[in-house]
Amino acid sequence: MNLHEYQAKKLFADYGLPVPNNRVVQSPADVSAAISALEGDRWVVKAQVHAGGRGKAGGVRLVDDIGTLTHTVAEMLGSRLVTIQTSAEGQPVNHILIEETCSIARELYIGAVIDRSTRRVVLMASTEGGVEIEKVAEETPEKILKTSINPLTGLQPFQGRQLAFGLGLEGDQIKQFSKMLAGLAKMFIEKDLSLVEINPLVVTNSGDLICLDGKINVDDNALYRQPDLLAMRDVAQEDERENRAKEWDLNYISLDGDIGCMVNGAGLAMATMDLIKLCGGEPANFLDVGGGATKERVAEAFKIILSDKNVKGILVNIFGGIVRCDLIAEGIIGAAKEVHLNVPVVVRLEGNNAEKGAQLLNESNLNLITATGLTDAAEKIVSEVKAV
Amino acid sequence: MSVLINKHTRVICQGFTGKQGTFHSEQAIAYGTKMVGGVTPGKGGQTHLNLPVFNTMHEAVDETGATASVIYVPAPFCKDSMLEAIDAGIDLIVCITEGVPTLDMLEVKMVADSVGAVIIGPNCPGIITPGECKIGIMPGSIHLPGKVGVVSRSGTLTYEAVKQTTDLGFGQSTCIGIGGDPIPGMSFIDALRLFEHDKQTEAILMVGEIGGSAEEEAAEFIQLEITKPVTAFIAGGTAPKGKRMGHAGAIIAGGKGTAEEKFTALKEAGVHIVRSPAELGQGVKEVTGW
Repeated sequence: MNLHEYQAKKLFADYGLPVPNNRVVQSPADVSAAISALEGDRWVVKAQVHAGGRGKAGGVRLVDDIGTLTHTVAEMLGSRLVTIQTSAEGQPVNHILIEETCSIARELYIGAVIDRSTRRVVLMASTEGGVEIEKVAEETPEKILKTSINPLTGLQPFQGRQLAFGLGLEGDQIKQFSKMLAGLAKMFIEKDLSLVEINPLVVTNSGDLICLDGKINVDDNALYRQPDLLAMRDVAQEDERENRAKEWDLNYISLDGDIGCMVNGAGLAMATMDLIKLCGGEPANFLDVGGGATKERVAEAFKIILSDKNVKGILVNIFGGIVRCDLIAEGIIGAAKEVHLNVPVVVRLEGNNAEKGAQLLNESNLNLITATGLTDAAEKIVSEVKAV
Repeated sequence: MSVLINKHTRVICQGFTGKQGTFHSEQAIAYGTKMVGGVTPGKGGQTHLNLPVFNTMHEAVDETGATASVIYVPAPFCKDSMLEAIDAGIDLIVCITEGVPTLDMLEVKMVADSVGAVIIGPNCPGIITPGECKIGIMPGSIHLPGKVGVVSRSGTLTYEAVKQTTDLGFGQSTCIGIGGDPIPGMSFIDALRLFEHDKQTEAILMVGEIGGSAEEEAAEFIQLEITKPVTAFIAGGTAPKGKRMGHAGAIIAGGKGTAEEKFTALKEAGVHIVRSPAELGQGVKEVTGW
């Protein structure tokens, strides 16, 4: 789960990480109350969406009079922000962050992730803040300093000092930075995060450190024990179809093609998409229908797939595992009767009683085309869709 | 020979009396697995599926001499269950449950490594030595005792690999589903090493996914240490960046972990790669000449 910048900064503040004074508004009427709580006469206005690249897309603006500020807020609220990281429709702007400005002497980068190969939480720091960190990692990996948290001891002060000196910080900044890093490590573990990025971490003209931006991802598997974070979920930022699928324990991701897919198991679902592509088609979605492919869930899966108007055909690929294929076939037939299927559907069943399953499908008098084997199924749906 | 488990392996089920534990224990017993009992705290002393139920893993191990355990408890309790199994001296822990928090696994893995316990999973189908011992949720009927070692990050895609090698008559020595989480207990490298040293295994079939760098690390290891023919497929070539494809581990982040990078690394390491999931068995046939 992703957090908004304003939520991330609230969490930063809770753990002693310095952030600019700010207020969140959801209506232009809230602007005057918000700025009366802030100092200075220039403000940064930031659209809150779950996507990067906001600055270049006009989602971050600097304003220096109240009229413009109110106008900007009014203009942004209710709009959709399109950035290089969003779809063509963009993300809805329902919250705006208004922040005090600060001077910028240097822009640094701090990040924390779970590193799979070392199986540790790794903290990263770089002098190359403010830019795309992936590029830095690729072109000049030596400019990214790393240290990892030992689960037994937690982060130690020497690790903070090591990175601080490595970044060329001096004087009181060393202490400030070490304290900040300790807070970051504590927050990462206590809140079950999977990624934190502070880009940029600013050194002001007076030599203080401030987190100017903040990005946090939370481990979905741990949300059950993080009720505060779960309450921060903003469904408006998420894909509606993907959320509807989640309610049925279906795992759905929409893509750009025209062949809908319904598969049991994430790996097989990806492999099925790959095979469609190999056969000259384009998958419209990833959908893992999970273990219990019951009539109700298959029907819901059909509905979700068909709510994508680009879909011209559907491939159902179920490896029966322990559940018998004739039972799965009955579920598919029941669902197909319930949902009005106006596109060709190819079904491939494998596993126990696969032949009996296929026989039931063939005798159902529905527009269900049976396939034997993976390649046969993919070729059939690709040619069906091309014929449409 | 086979790896990790055989017909003598004595298995305890954690979460034995629950719905999942009961169903899959019945299946395992029917397959011939030497299930010796189960643990459900508070139900010690009862009998379930004609086997003894214990309150603690220590008690279960003392009474039955079990060396392996399979975990079907809900995700919030898996860390505790795995640590209990390790503490009781279990050598092989198979955690089927999906949704275990990543930070829990970081800690569990560290403890397991410190005592040399092997964990398979979480979020995996389990492990099977065909005809001898099945620990997990895979359908026993598609397997055939044989000579291919199968290791995979996926569930049903593993079944695909198994069925194809069965249909061609090669069979499997042991199949290990290492699971789709970012921090799995057992890695590809651990499994590859076991297959390399196993006499029954004559070829290895590896099924990877997008996300992380486990396949790239495996490629490096294969180049240095593996003499047996390896065939590999990576799922997720069509997956877009930044979208989690079902498994917590299957996400292309920061442009890293793409199927193409993994295919390239494996190919450079001398692995026979197949581009179609329908040709997993065929790939093994081509590289071995069987």
